Order: sequence, then structure tokens, then C-alpha cells
Amino acid sequence: MRRGEIITAGILALLSIYMMYKSTELEIGYISGEGPGGGAWPFWLSAIMLICTVFIAINWARRTSPPSQSTEPMLDSYGMKMLFLVGGGIAAFIGLSSIISMYGGIFVFLVYYLRFLGRHSWALTMTLATSVPIIFFFFFEALMRITLPKGWSFTEPLFNWLNNFIY
Amino acid sequence: MGITRRLAMALTCAAGLMTGVAGMSTSAHAWEPTKPIDFVIMAGAGGGADQIARFIQSVVEKNKLSPRPLVPNNKGGGSGAEALIALKGTSDPDHTILVTLNSFFTTPLRQANLGIDIMTFTPINMMGVDPFVLWVHKDSGITTFEQWLEKVKADNGEYVMGGTGKGQEDSIVIKWMEQNYDLKIKYIPYKGGGAVAKDLAGQQIMASVNNPSEAKGFYESGDVIPLIAFSDERLPNLPDVRTVKELGKDFSYYNQRAVVGAPGMSDDAAAWYRDLFQKVYDSEEWQGYMKSESLEGLPMDAEQQKEYWKTQVARHTELLKALGE
Amino acid sequence: MEILGLLSDGFLLAMQPLNLLLIIVGVTLGLFIGAMPGLGSVNGVAILLPITFLVPPNSAIIFLAAIYYGAMYGGAISSITLGIPGASTAVATTFDGRPLAMKGRASLALVTAAVASFIGGTVSNIFFTAFAPPLASVALSFGNPEIFALMLLAFATFVGLGGDDIPKTIFSICIGLVFAAVGYDEISGAPRLIFFDISGFLHGINFLVLAIGVYGIGEMLWTIDSTRGKITSTEAKFSIKGVTADAKEALQRGWKGTTIGSLIGFFVGILPAAGATPGSLMSYGVAKMLSKNPKDYGQGHPDGVAAPEAANNSASTGSMLPMLTLGIPGSPTTAILLGGMVIWGLTPGPRLFVDQSEFVWGLIGSFYVSNFFALVVNLAFIPVFIWMLRMPFTILAPMIFVLSVVGGYAATRDMHDVWLMLIFGIGAFFLRKLDYPVAPAVLAIVLGPIAEPTLRQSLLLSSGDPMIFLNRPIAGPITVIAVILILLPLFKFGWNKFKKSGGTQPAQQG
Repeated sequence: MRRGEIITAGILALLSIYMMYKSTELEIGYISGEGPGGGAWPFWLSAIMLICTVFIAINWARRTSPPSQSTEPMLDSYGMKMLFLVGGGIAAFIGLSSIISMYGGIFVFLVYYLRFLGRHSWALTMTLATSVPIIFFFFFEALMRITLPKGWSFTEPLFNWLNNFIY
Repeated sequence: MGITRRLAMALTCAAGLMTGVAGMSTSAHAWEPTKPIDFVIMAGAGGGADQIARFIQSVVEKNKLSPRPLVPNNKGGGSGAEALIALKGTSDPDHTILVTLNSFFTTPLRQANLGIDIMTFTPINMMGVDPFVLWVHKDSGITTFEQWLEKVKADNGEYVMGGTGKGQEDSIVIKWMEQNYDLKIKYIPYKGGGAVAKDLAGQQIMASVNNPSEAKGFYESGDVIPLIAFSDERLPNLPDVRTVKELGKDFSYYNQRAVVGAPGMSDDAAAWYRDLFQKVYDSEEWQGYMKSESLEGLPMDAEQQKEYWKTQVARHTELLKALGE
Repeated sequence: MEILGLLSDGFLLAMQPLNLLLIIVGVTLGLFIGAMPGLGSVNGVAILLPITFLVPPNSAIIFLAAIYYGAMYGGAISSITLGIPGASTAVATTFDGRPLAMKGRASLALVTAAVASFIGGTVSNIFFTAFAPPLASVALSFGNPEIFALMLLAFATFVGLGGDDIPKTIFSICIGLVFAAVGYDEISGAPRLIFFDISGFLHGINFLVLAIGVYGIGEMLWTIDSTRGKITSTEAKFSIKGVTADAKEALQRGWKGTTIGSLIGFFVGILPAAGATPGSLMSYGVAKMLSKNPKDYGQGHPDGVAAPEAANNSASTGSMLPMLTLGIPGSPTTAILLGGMVIWGLTPGPRLFVDQSEFVWGLIGSFYVSNFFALVVNLAFIPVFIWMLRMPFTILAPMIFVLSVVGGYAATRDMHDVWLMLIFGIGAFFLRKLDYPVAPAVLAIVLGPIAEPTLRQSLLLSSGDPMIFLNRPIAGPITVIAVILILLPLFKFGWNKFKKSGGTQPAQQG
């Protein structure tokens, strides 16, 4: 955790500097007669963020904050595995949504999570994994009139067919 | 991976089956929408453009003009830049249309790095043009444009007006007045026309330039007074309000309310949408709306629209340049 | 007296069989829409348009009021059961609602939210009925300097919300405020902070993208990691007897919050630029400030659920006031409603109360009736939500992830935002591990888009002179109170440090 604290502070400092740099695209000063320019708000707030990271680093050096005293690793092997399996699973879900539609993505994600991470029975897995996208489809497309991503064009005939039911 | 492939196969099979079904429901048209139409609005929820889009949507729904619904999608970010980018990059140009206002012309000019060429967009239909009028609060004691000019001059830079932002339609008109009548006005940008109307009614600002439709409620209650119109002719709903043309200035300014298709839309689809929006235009509801909200008709076919765009781009280039934008 | 007659006509209208049916369907639908992260009353009201053509306009508005109320009640449900604020108005509800649910008192939290919402809505309706026109002029007297002063006050009531680590708390507030500035600068009319020139940033960073990322993904990852995945679902019990007992407890332990929320919510809600979110946040802050045991807040105090819930319902009713009396939409929801009124051939504006009194009073009457049925339907569904909480964690977790992704998309309909949400989620997971408080960032992104433009519009008005916040009759006192409230804890902190010998040990209370 101790190492994580200073690395994170470093990353956040870089982020602050990037946002300060990005803010300078607009006027960051006080325009006389008009008040602060368009970049002033984000620039000076990012500057405060940068100062905060300096203080976080000082606290780290003086070992005054709890994370800087901790000897535990920030991510142990369980945490790494969890982040990879769960976080990676969500990332794959989002990526798949652009390819096989969000409904297809939900199906794949639920099968993956329920069956392979949750170790539930196939019966439960398949019941949930098929019913959730179908319920969502009718809820969003028909009731809410919100269209979710349909993926690449090969899914189109299926959804066109389903559309015949709801309109 | 196995599951994905199997799913894909199942989908393809279903596809084969379904094209038959879908084929049967097709009517006389060469093209019909097969899925909900992405009805992009170049402004956030609640403004004048949004209201018009939702009105159009309701006319389509009410008269059952389309087999698939128009789904309003507000993309007002970056003065409409977001909407233009969305249309340019759409994966399905046949189901993506846009309700525009004048930022359709000004935004690509002001943000050249977006790489938007509006001439690549598909003209659909011109639903009307919205005139602009100068309004003041009734407690200001001002009843004529001449009095107003005097007051603004006397205030020497302390006269406060509100609007929807630099480079937006109303600011162009205000800048024009500043230059042509030698005025100095303190201009405060707001998020939308509603906020401007509210602050005018509350006398937080002294005057505004707004479409009659957005000021209608306060005008009818007598809270705000129209001073001058920036239209070619006097407005039927405000017959006593003079136009700047009558004062000898060759200037008029309208907000376009047009529907535009995504670049790369097929000709058949474009023809279908033109037909659809012609029906909307001719509907009793839309004609009534134009009348009550002081919109003026400006019917044009696709070719004329493209010509109109060209002249508008040229005009706005000039206006923005003259305004020092 | 005349008002009562008009109101009773409105009641009669709302109590007709068709309308009553619409109310029950509407509140149920609204409840589920509101409970869905990413969807809120805006979406609920937008589906109204097609229905308008099936039923008479009067029934349509009643249906609409029902959906509106249902959605407002529903917002609390995802805050409590899932820990994800479904709408910005329900952010503060997570602070104490979620801890209560984790302690196995989900039923108490849900009942408190429902009862407080009902009372907030009713109080607001009564104010509305009695004082609508005079209050409208109060709303108009709030210009930009006043709204900014109010935002300052909202921040001030939240100074105590952060953790013990001051630099990390300030960092969190600032990053939220900077994210709020992404997209487009209204004042100069130029794009701003378009990170890496990705066009998805043009529409800014939506509050929901950050909130769902932080709470829906970050918090879930943290829970799985810190419990080693062995989390057994909360022992949420449910019985009819329990609900009655909970209702009693809710009233006993939540009446203060309910009162504060109902009043603050209404007055902040009627200001067109402010609305329900600052109202609910301020109510939470004030309830905490006035409490004898502020330390209980955040640990699962019923007052902490009651205050924001009473406030957001009260404020949502209040936000109808500028719309009906002035024709000014105070929120996207009321904007769409306004559009609906144009479609029905009504002219929103100051004349509406006079020219269309039947419509207006029908709507107000249906507020009362909808509010009541929303309470009944909400209470009836509590067992369902409790049952959801008792699902095994390996089912609940993927469901929350699915809801987060779908909700993140539905909020802005842009895949860019879904990716951004995942990045926020993973970022929040690491920051959470390192004791960075994340709630201040979420609050800041809600208040930032109101605070920055009003600050700069005010300064434009005064030609850059900051005295404008002090020398206006309404803005002045608010600013002074806000500044005192902000400085108070800093002063206290300095005093404590001064008194402490050594002074290397940071204060442990919070």
C-alpha cells in the first residue's frame, strides 16, 4: 500500500498537470471588466489538485496517513485476479456490446459471470442470461423508446424482426 | 468464443427467416425504416429547437406517419458540434436525421478543426424559419425602438442583455445592432432561451433578442414588450411591431428549422423522409403551430436547400467576420 | 376559499376511474423507471407523448404526474439497495441509506425514504396550493449572484463530509469541479478540456457516468476485494409487522430530517436554476449540522435518509411552480412537460393559471393523489426490493454490473461514456483503497455546472467586481453565512491542532 500511495499521488499529479495544460487553451487569467476567462476555473482548480498531491507526498514521506504506514500490498494476488476477472469481464462486455449488440453482450457477460465466476448451475445461468436481455429489450426499446447499441450489421435482421412485434 | 460463434450462427439463421417476414410488410415505398429512427436534436432538452423536434415527433406519432418511431436524441454539446459529429460518423445513415438551427452553419465555421463539411449532408425538408424580435421588460418604461437606442447609449456600456452565447443566433443580431447603431451592450451568455426569458421577466437583464415562440407567454401576460422585429415583413402575430427594414437597414435574420439527413443517406431513404416531412409540414397541426408560434414557411426542394445552405454559409462567414468572431 | 373549490374539482378529476387506473399504472411504472440507474423522471415523462393521443389531455397530465412521483420515489430504491444513486437527486440518500441496508436494515431505510418522500411531497403541495403566485416572484428575484451564493451555501453545508485526510478531500472536490467544466464553455462559447481531442468529451462528463462508475463499479470491486468474494448477502428480513414497526421507527428517528428536508427542498426547488439536487444535498448537510450526534451520519442514520428524500420530493413539486406560473422549465423533465403542453395547445406562461385553471388545478389535484398512491405502491413493493437484496452475491453483483453498463449508456446514449464509466470505476476502486473520499467528487460534479456559469455571469454583470456577491440584498446574507460555515471547521481544525502538543497525529474523528 505504501508504494501504491506514492505512485497514485504521482499519477494524479500528472493528471493535474495535463488538465492545467489543457485549460490553457482558453484564457486562464482575470479578464479586466469581465471576470475570469474560460480556462481559469479548471486551471486553478487543477493547480489546487497539484498542490494537494504534493501534500499527499509529504504525508507519505512523514508516514502520517494510514496507507503510507500500511505494509500490505495494494493489490494482493487475490485482488489482481479479481480485478482481471471482474474488471476485465466488464471491459469485454462493453467491447462486445459494440459488436454483438448490448443485448448479446449482457447474455455473454451473465453466462460468464454466473457460470464461471459464480459457479451456479447451467439451468439458473441460462434462465437469467436469456430472460434479462429479453426483458431489457422490451423495457428499453418498446416502453422507454431508448435504443441500445445493436452492434455490427449482422445482427440487424434479428432486431428488425423483433421490431415488428413492438411497433 | 464458441458461444459467440454459435450465437452469430443462430442470428444469421434467424436473419434468413426474417427477411421473408419483413419483406411482406413492405408497402409501395422503395424504402421504409426497419428500426427506430435516430432523431438527433442540435440542442439540449427544453430549448426552442427541442420543443419543435418533439412537436414534429408527436405529429408523426399522432397521424401514424411512420412505421417506426422517431426517437429524440439531444446532442447539444459544443454548440451542436456533437450532433454534427454524430451524424457524420453514424454507422447507419439511413436511420439518422437531424433537426437543425443556424448553428448548423456557424458551428463548422467557428470550430474548423471538427472537419465538418455540411454540404455532404443530405437535404430533407425545410420546416420553416423562426424570426427574431427585440424584447424589453414592461417596467423599463421603454415602448419604442428609438427610446431604447437612447437608453442604451445613455447607459454607455452598462446596458445588460442576455442571450444563448457568443456566436449564437441572438448574439449575431445583438452584435449587428451594436455595429449599426453604434451601441455598447454588456452581453451575458446563458445556457438556453428559457433561462434568458426568466431573467428578463425577473429584470436581471434589461433586454433580449428572442424568437416570438419563446417569449410568447410573457408577451401575452404583458410582462415583456416587443420593440422591433428582424424579419423581412411585419409578423402577423405582432402587427404593430416595425421591422429594421422599415427603418432603412437592409437586414433580416431568421433561425432555420430544417430536417437534415446524415451524409451518405441512400436516395431511396432520403425520398422517404422528404415525403414524411412534407406530410408533417402539410398537417393541420404543423400549420397551426407555425401560425401560433410565428414561424414563417419557406418551402424548398432538395436542390434549393443545398443552394440555400451555400448562401447561408457565405452569409454567416461574412457576419461572423464582421463581428470579429 | 376559491382555491379550495378549484382544488376539489381537481381532486374529483383525479378520482375518476380511468384516471385512478392511470395513476396506479403511472406510479408503478415510474417507480421502476426511477429505480433503474441511469433512468429518471425525464425518461418517464418522455414516454408520455404517445400515450397522450390515446387518452384526453387531462388524463394525460394526470398520468404524467403519476410517473413523475413514482420516479421520484424510485430514485431512493437504487440508492439504498444497490448503493448506486439512480439520479442526482438521490446522491445524498446513498450516504446513510446504503449503510442501513448493509446493516440489515434495508427495510427501515426504504420505509423511511417512502414516508419522508410522502411528507415532503405533501408539505410542498400545500405550499404550492396556497402560495403559488407570490412564490413565483420570489423565484424571479433570484438572479445569477443569488444562485451562486446558494451554491456556495450548498458546498458549505458539506465541508464536513470528507474523510480525515484533508489534502485528499480537497483533491476530490477539485477533480469533481474540473470534470464538471469539461465540454463547452458557455461564456466564451468555446470547447474546453476536450481530453486527447476525443469528441465524446464535447458533451461534457455527465454526473451519472461518474456516479455509476464510482458506486456501481468501483464500490462493487472494492466490496468483492475487501471481503475476498465471500460476502454473504445482507440478512434483510421482511414481515408486515416489521414494516409497521419500521414506519414507527422512521417517524421517530427521521422526523427531524423530514421536516428540514421538506422546507429546504421546497424553497430551493422553486428556483429555476437550482432545483431538486442542491435542495436534497443542502437538506442532508443542514440535518447533519443541526444534529446532536453528527457522527452518526454516514453510518446509517434514518434522518440522513429522510432529509434528502423529503427534500427531493418537495423540491420536485416545487420545480413545477416556475413552470406553471411562469412557463420556465426548471429541469429537463419540466422542459419536456412544457413541450407536451404546447402539443396540447396550451401556452405555458404567466397566463396559464388564469386561462387554463381547470388544467392547472387538475394537475395540482393529481399531485396530491399521485403522491398518496406512490407511497402505497412503494410500500407494497418493498418486499420485492428486499428479496432482491437477499439474492446470492454472485447473482446480485453481475446484475449490478449489467445495470451499470446499460444505465451508463441510457443516460447519454454514447458508448464513449460507458468506457469512461469503467475507467472511473476502476480509478475509484484504487482511490477508495487509499482512503480518498469519493463522495465529494460526485457532489462537485453535480454542483459545478451550476456554480461556475453563475459565478462568471455575475462577474460579467458587475464588470469583474466580486463585491456583487455581498452588496445585493439576497445574495449578500447568503454569501456571508456560506463563508462563515466554510471557515468554521477550518478554524476548529486549526484550534485543535494548536491545542495539541506534538501535533503530528491527524485528528481521528470525522
